[in-house]
Amino acid sequence: MKVLVCVKQTFDTEAKIELKDGKINDAGINLIINPYDEVAVEGAIQLKEKGIATEVVIVSAGADKAMDAIRTALAMGADRGILVKQDSAADEYARAVALADAIKKENPDLILAGHVAADDGSSQVPTRIAEILGLPHVNVITSIEIAGGKATCTSEADGGTAVTEVSIPAVISSQVSWNEPRYPSMKGIMQAKKKPVATVDAIAVENKVKVLEFALPAGKTAGIKIEEDPDVAAAQMADWMKNTVKVEVK
Amino acid sequence: MDFTLTEEQIMIKKMARDFADNEILPYCQEWDAKDTFPYDTVKKLHDLGLMTIGVPAEYGGSGLDHLSQGIVVEEIARGDAGLATTLAASTLLAADPVYVAANDEQKKWFYGRMNEGDLAAFCLTEPGAGSDAGGLSTKCVKDGDDYILNGTKQFISNGGVAGLYTVFATLDKKLGYKGHCAFMVDRNTPGITIGPKEDKLGIRSSNTTQVIFEDVRVPSKNLLGKEGEGFKICMKTLDLSRAVVAAMAVGVAQGAFECAVKYSKERQQFGQPICRFQAIQFILADMAMQVETARLLYQKACALQDMGLPYTQMSSLAKCWAGDAAMKVATDAVQVYGGYGYSKEYPVEKYFRDAKIMQIFEGTAQIQRLVIANDILKE
Ligand SMILES: Cc1cc2nc3c(=O)[nH]c(=O)nc-3n(C[C@H](O)[C@H](O)[C@H](O)COP(=O)(O)OP(=O)(O)OC[C@H]3O[C@@H](n4cnc5c(N)ncnc54)[C@H](O)[C@@H]3O)c2cc1C
Repeated sequence: MKVLVCVKQTFDTEAKIELKDGKINDAGINLIINPYDEVAVEGAIQLKEKGIATEVVIVSAGADKAMDAIRTALAMGADRGILVKQDSAADEYARAVALADAIKKENPDLILAGHVAADDGSSQVPTRIAEILGLPHVNVITSIEIAGGKATCTSEADGGTAVTEVSIPAVISSQVSWNEPRYPSMKGIMQAKKKPVATVDAIAVENKVKVLEFALPAGKTAGIKIEEDPDVAAAQMADWMKNTVKVEVK
Repeated sequence: MDFTLTEEQIMIKKMARDFADNEILPYCQEWDAKDTFPYDTVKKLHDLGLMTIGVPAEYGGSGLDHLSQGIVVEEIARGDAGLATTLAASTLLAADPVYVAANDEQKKWFYGRMNEGDLAAFCLTEPGAGSDAGGLSTKCVKDGDDYILNGTKQFISNGGVAGLYTVFATLDKKLGYKGHCAFMVDRNTPGITIGPKEDKLGIRSSNTTQVIFEDVRVPSKNLLGKEGEGFKICMKTLDLSRAVVAAMAVGVAQGAFECAVKYSKERQQFGQPICRFQAIQFILADMAMQVETARLLYQKACALQDMGLPYTQMSSLAKCWAGDAAMKVATDAVQVYGGYGYSKEYPVEKYFRDAKIMQIFEGTAQIQRLVIANDILKE
């Protein structure tokens, strides 16, 4: 069974975001595999270790730099990679079209991805890919069983878990709690460079979203300090939460 | 001149740094306080191939170049210098005599055991022979197809946890350096006992003990090189390993530096973060200079090793400078923290205690200056 994993390169989650000339400044920023995608890579490698998957292919749409994210996934244990070269300004629609095209050519039995990217957080691409390819889609999974041409997925649902059975091929996106991604081993790192990575150009499509402006979130405002006896302090705190912060009580 | 790391080196650095952040830093203060040797963490390092970074790829190890080895040691030491000592003393220091002098069969045996998870220890120092390593008195006597070893080794890192030793002994003290021999010794050989664990100032998660040899029979096939080549093998080993200790010292300095920068932004006095005071800023600037110059020196020494160029003097420059830098930077970090730097609740007092060993083992700061001066003045 061939498993394909979509991987996005994102800013390090600890990176300090700054704007320059109205755009997000990526100079000197540490780039990593989107942590949610890393979980999907780990899930795919575990399927291979269990003898269910025979090949794990990594696909990333992005600039040349995204090659580093692919190599990291290869160092973790994936078999080969495909870099779909695409302008970094591509929106979710353009990304999904480009990735779906690459996926169709690979004809995999299972497509995994993280359910959201840590940078823009739009959570659209896996769902769009499923839609374009006409495949079933299960989101935020925390476990997967493959048997008899079907995938049985456990995923988070409001107040509990949902178990979904779908026929494969399917697009399945992971929740972070699915697994604990491994560190690439020394051997993995040394072998990563020898593994094949194909580079293809993305299909040219127009973005559907036009970004008008980037703005940084407003800074944190100062808290308050209440120095009273507990009973008075509690009342003041409750009042502050209700009337100043306007915390909603469910 | 190109200061960029290769793609692999960047990946190795990131992996080792992530490992330190997630698997070492949250636990190392407890290892230190309780004098714990972190077996589980060593096992994790082994599974990732980090405990075999000194084992060449053709013998089943990770086969890293010297610069990558230094990078790994720096990043692990940024987490815990005790653990970095365990790693470096095993796969680099203790395995280096094998690297520089063993034949194929010997390498297969020694490296094979390391690949299976055995730790190694380098047994040179004795109660009466520290800086004067040439003055060792552990005896080796040829007896049939064996050598019989007798003597006591002092301050041996991994002494009580290793399955393999590289041991230096003399055929006859009167022969001086020319009488030295180097051996690979299996821990399970009858006659080997381990002394009590040293109660140390720092690197407390590392295991330091005496290793005592009483009529220990070592097969001749375990002799590294020829009889009388022991001192040469030892010097070659230390030349290689000094750059590694320098990297370890940089890791300690880097860790202390990062803490100081972070704390200086958080700690408020006189209504502002202390990093607004120029006095603190200048300390931080000095720390940055120390860390970066020390890093450049160890990386240059490693790069020379990888290029096959002479590196003896550069290794000593790096070891000496980085050891002193680690001590200075860690002392400064305690200063930036003020009273909290003196408390075990905060991480910098541990860096401070761990830093001191960098000026002592594998040739003290004085001995390094001696080596450097000898090299400068040699005709
Ligand atoms: C925690 C720890 C781990 C260690 N691990 C190992 C290990 O794994 N394997 C191993 O073999 N050894 C190990 N050692 C031993 C270490 O390498 C020695 O302690 C070190 O080389 C110094 O020797 P010494 O302690 O006998 O000091 P000494 O040689 O007695 O030195 C005392 C002082 O005199 C100075 N001095 C000595 N000779 C001269 C000179 N000619 N000129 C100027 N000054 C001089 C020294 O610089 C030092 O300040 C370890 C030591 C420690 C503390």
